Amino acid sequence: MVKKVVTPLTNETVADLKAGDSVLLTGYIYTARDAAHKRMMALLDEGKKLPFDVNGATVFYVGPAPAKPGHVIGSAGPTTSGRMDTYAPRLMEKGLKGMIGKGKRSQDVKDAIVKNKAVYFAALGGAGALGAKCIKSARPVAYEDLGPEAIVELFVEDFPLIVVNDMYGHDAYVEGRAKYEVR
Amino acid sequence: MEHKVRQIDASLVTDEIERLCISANCNLPEHNLKMIEDAMAKEKSPLGRQILENLLKNHRIAREEQVPACQDTGLAVVFIEVGQEVHIINGSLEDAINEGVRRGYKNGYLRKSAVFDPVFDRKNSDDNTPAIIHTRIVDGDRIAITVAPKGGGAENMSALAMLTPAAGAEGIKRFVVDTVSKAGPNPCPPIVVGVGIGGTFDKVTLLAKKALTRTMGSHNPDPRYAAMEDELLEEINELGIGPQGFGGTTTALAVHIETYACHIASMPVAVNINCHVCPHESSVI
Repeated sequence: MVKKVVTPLTNETVADLKAGDSVLLTGYIYTARDAAHKRMMALLDEGKKLPFDVNGATVFYVGPAPAKPGHVIGSAGPTTSGRMDTYAPRLMEKGLKGMIGKGKRSQDVKDAIVKNKAVYFAALGGAGALGAKCIKSARPVAYEDLGPEAIVELFVEDFPLIVVNDMYGHDAYVEGRAKYEVR
Repeated sequence: MEHKVRQIDASLVTDEIERLCISANCNLPEHNLKMIEDAMAKEKSPLGRQILENLLKNHRIAREEQVPACQDTGLAVVFIEVGQEVHIINGSLEDAINEGVRRGYKNGYLRKSAVFDPVFDRKNSDDNTPAIIHTRIVDGDRIAITVAPKGGGAENMSALAMLTPAAGAEGIKRFVVDTVSKAGPNPCPPIVVGVGIGGTFDKVTLLAKKALTRTMGSHNPDPRYAAMEDELLEEINELGIGPQGFGGTTTALAVHIETYACHIASMPVAVNINCHVCPHESSVI
C-alpha cells in the first residue's frame, strides 16, 4: 500500500511511517547538498537564522540539472546522503523532520532520527528524468552562486519515495538485503 | 616514400565531443534497456521489480524529451585515439575537447559538476571543464572518440588493491565482491562493475574505467576472464543488495574485466563502479 504524505511533516505523520513503506510525498521541500550544508552550519555557528524555516521541513539531497526552456526544472534525482551525515543531526536538533536522498546513513544519523522523531526517505537514484516530473515549481532560496548546489524550494506532487530509516530504528536497506542474501 | 597526412580541423573534434556529451547522457541504448527488462523478469523482490520498471520508464522519458537520464551528468571522461597520420589544424586537441565539453554541457542543459580546486576553494568551473582526457596515439588516419560521463556517487564507491600474485583469481574475486558489498545501496544499483587487473598502480584504474565503456554484458575475449565475469556477476547478485539497495536478486547487470601485463611481484586490481545508466557513446572522425 502506498501512503500519501504531505509536508511540513508532523510527529503524527512520522509516527505512521515504517521502514520499507512506499510513499507519495506532496508539498514544499528544500534542496541542499554538500556546499549548502557547509554554509548552513556556519550560520548556526554564528547564531544566525537558516535560509528556510527548518521546523517540520524536509530537505532533498539533490543538485538538479538546468531546466530546458518550458520545463520547471532539469533532471532531479537524489545524491548520496552519506556525505551529509556530519551535518544532518544538527539540523534535526533544529526541527528538520525529513530527509530525501539515496544510500546508507551513519549510526549517528539513525540515532538522531529516533531521538528527534524524523524520517529518511530514498528517491530513485539515477532516475532524475522521472523525478523531475513530480516537481511542479522551483524557487531559488539561497546560495545561487553555488550553481547546482544552491538551496531551492520545490513543490512536489506525489513524489514516489521509500522509507529507509524510521523513528523506530528500523533500516529498510539492512532488512531488505537480509531477505535475499545467500552468501 | 611519400607520406600522406590527413588534416583534421580541431573544430570537428569540438563538434563531435559536444554531440557525444549530450547524446551519452540522454540516449541510453536499446540494448541496455533490454538488459534491465531481462533483469526485471528474473528479479525475485516485488519492490525490486517495481523499481526496475520505474528505471525503464525514466530512461524512456530521457530519450523522448532529450533530458539527461540522471541529473548527475558527471565529469566528462574522454578517451581519444588519434591516428599517427592525422595532423590536427586550427587549434590544439585539448582545447578542442574542452570546448566541446563546454558547449555540450551548456547546449544540452547538462549539470555542471566540476570544481577547480579539489580542497580549498571548490569553486564550480560553471562549464564542466576541464575534461578528464585519456589520449592514445595509434596507427591510421582517424580519430576515435568515446565520451563516458562519470557521476560522483558510483565513482566514490570504487577501490584499488595491490594484491600479491599468491592471492590468485580467488583473491581478485574476493576483493571485487567485497567492494560491491561495502558500497551497498550507494552507487544506485543495479550497477555495472568495471574491473581492471594487471598493469601498475595507475594503469589498473584506467583499465577498470575502460571496462565500463564496453557494450553492457559483453565478455572478455579470453574465456578464462569471461568465466570470471560470469562467476563474479553471480556472486554479486547473491549479495542480496538488489535494485536501489532495498533487497533483491539484481545487484549488478554486468561485470566487465580488462587486463594488462604486470610486474613479477604484483597483481593490481581496481574496481570502478557505474550505476544502471552507465552512460558512454563513441564515434570515429
